[in-house]
Amino acid sequence: MKQGFRQSMAWLHTWSGLLLGWLLFVIFACGTAAYFQEEITRWMQPEVTGASDPVAAADGAVRWLEANAPGSGDWYITLPGKRAATTALYWSPAPDAPAGSPTQATLDGEGNPVAARETAGGFFLYRFHFDLHYMPVLWARYIVGIAAMFMLVAIISGIITHKKIFTDFFMLRFGKGQRSWLDGHNVTAVLALPFHLMITYTGLVTLGSLLSPVPIAAVYQSADRYYADAFPQGDTVERTGKAAPLASLGSMVRQADHVWDGAGIGYIYVSNPGDAAARVSITSAPSSSLDARGQTLEFDGVTGRPLDAGAPKGPAQTTEGVMIGLHAGRYADSALRWLYFISGLLGTAMVGTGLVLWTVKRRLKLPDPARPHLGFRIVERLNIGVIVGFPIGLATYFLANRLLPIKLVERADWEIDSLFIGWSCAFLFSLARSPRRGWIELSALCAALFLAIPLVSALTTSRNLPASLLAGDWIFAGFELTMLAIGGMFAFLAWKLRVTSSLAPARERGRRKAPA
Amino acid sequence: MGKASHAWLAMAARIAAIPGGYLLAGLASACLARLLPTSNVEAAVTGMLVSFGIYAALLIWAFSARSALRLWLWWGGTAAVLGVILAMSIALEGRA
Repeated sequence: MKQGFRQSMAWLHTWSGLLLGWLLFVIFACGTAAYFQEEITRWMQPEVTGASDPVAAADGAVRWLEANAPGSGDWYITLPGKRAATTALYWSPAPDAPAGSPTQATLDGEGNPVAARETAGGFFLYRFHFDLHYMPVLWARYIVGIAAMFMLVAIISGIITHKKIFTDFFMLRFGKGQRSWLDGHNVTAVLALPFHLMITYTGLVTLGSLLSPVPIAAVYQSADRYYADAFPQGDTVERTGKAAPLASLGSMVRQADHVWDGAGIGYIYVSNPGDAAARVSITSAPSSSLDARGQTLEFDGVTGRPLDAGAPKGPAQTTEGVMIGLHAGRYADSALRWLYFISGLLGTAMVGTGLVLWTVKRRLKLPDPARPHLGFRIVERLNIGVIVGFPIGLATYFLANRLLPIKLVERADWEIDSLFIGWSCAFLFSLARSPRRGWIELSALCAALFLAIPLVSALTTSRNLPASLLAGDWIFAGFELTMLAIGGMFAFLAWKLRVTSSLAPARERGRRKAPA
Repeated sequence: MGKASHAWLAMAARIAAIPGGYLLAGLASACLARLLPTSNVEAAVTGMLVSFGIYAALLIWAFSARSALRLWLWWGGTAAVLGVILAMSIALEGRA
């Protein structure tokens, strides 16, 4: 009975891991990169320099909006915070504004429009993590949700399967073929096991109301009623039509920051600016607490006085907010952020080694290893095309940021397209080569691309790695050193695969000679 | 019935547990949300938070069950009981 249970769990682990493994690899890789999305954006906009003060940024944003978005009923202002350097503005167009007039802008710390290359930056990698691309967002989230559920089942069944997983953890045997891949899979899985479980469950919770609507529908007649209860908005105030100047936003920011003990400001919403009924709501910075949803203060926009605070959240909603906070890691300082990043890399490696293990385990049992069946060949090619191909796409994305003409129309979209063009080329190349050669050659190419990133950046911008290091610019230096490290990793992989694959035929011959 | 067709049927019963388990987990978390003595939003969020754990446990159960027939009898019976509780609770107290 016990044996049967473990066996069925091994089966479940194998197939739940394989079926959506390639998608999970991409989701894990992008999510890992997204922990540094603001730093990535700063690297991808080398024209933007310096830090900014939240009070000056808020006042600068109001000056700019009053001049450039007159008559708008809603302003949304995201202040720079600790890691970004720019203020993001969105507004709803005035009723009399011509169709297609702009509704968003990016300002520097003083409130002047930023003259930087157009890029989706690290934000694209963050959105790709759960919204994918080239498809409706809603479909993407269902697909990602299903993949996350498979992941949860694969992790649980994996733990049950490997009863000795914790003792096996201390055995990492290099150069032993199947054993090495299995050890690699175990080590990456166990080392960050609490992280993998946490990140998968909290990932499901981030899409909770979409993926699990039944308990909500059991209590509420409609989703709107649930949202009204879950995220109470102050009473909506009608525009009076009577003009009244907006009180100093900078002073409201200072008050809010004082109430929250210097937690920092994340997000400001102004309704009816310039009207006697103006309201301002200020939300605390996501870096300030474990709860991703933060706290909000409301102000009367004309007097600048705070309004009554709403009721505090209950334990379940706080748990939800903290789970989302744990997943997104916005609260993390730089040491913890690196730990998140490394855990994410281990997760990506866990998925990757698991996928490779599927082929390694089966290759020796094939009736004719030289001519595997179709299913085996599909898995083999998909492994190359995703595990090496997707990183090639990422490197192409970063290189395109530096190499595409600055004035190119729809430049940000072209950068994103470059990622998929680079990835597709890697895929097509792997189809044209034998799997062994495909692995080695694409790993080498991937290494070359990542290693080229700091070089290309130095040639195309006024910044370079030695200068960043000397200036103590850890955003730029950190990004480029990470690129070199990833490049080094793929170079090692290419070298290792070359060495072992040149040994393999000899070992194979030795095995055939031995009596059965 | 041949051995091969029996194996296919057993596999189909387990594959069907993927949507079936989703519905059962939804029913269970919905009943929990109805019966918890807290505010509406707290109850709904609690149901949502635990539903993924329930679903994962149900999937592990389904793929380790020795008899597909017994699995579906259990699940069918539980779903019926939970369904009656949920329907009665909504009929008596309504929804927000």
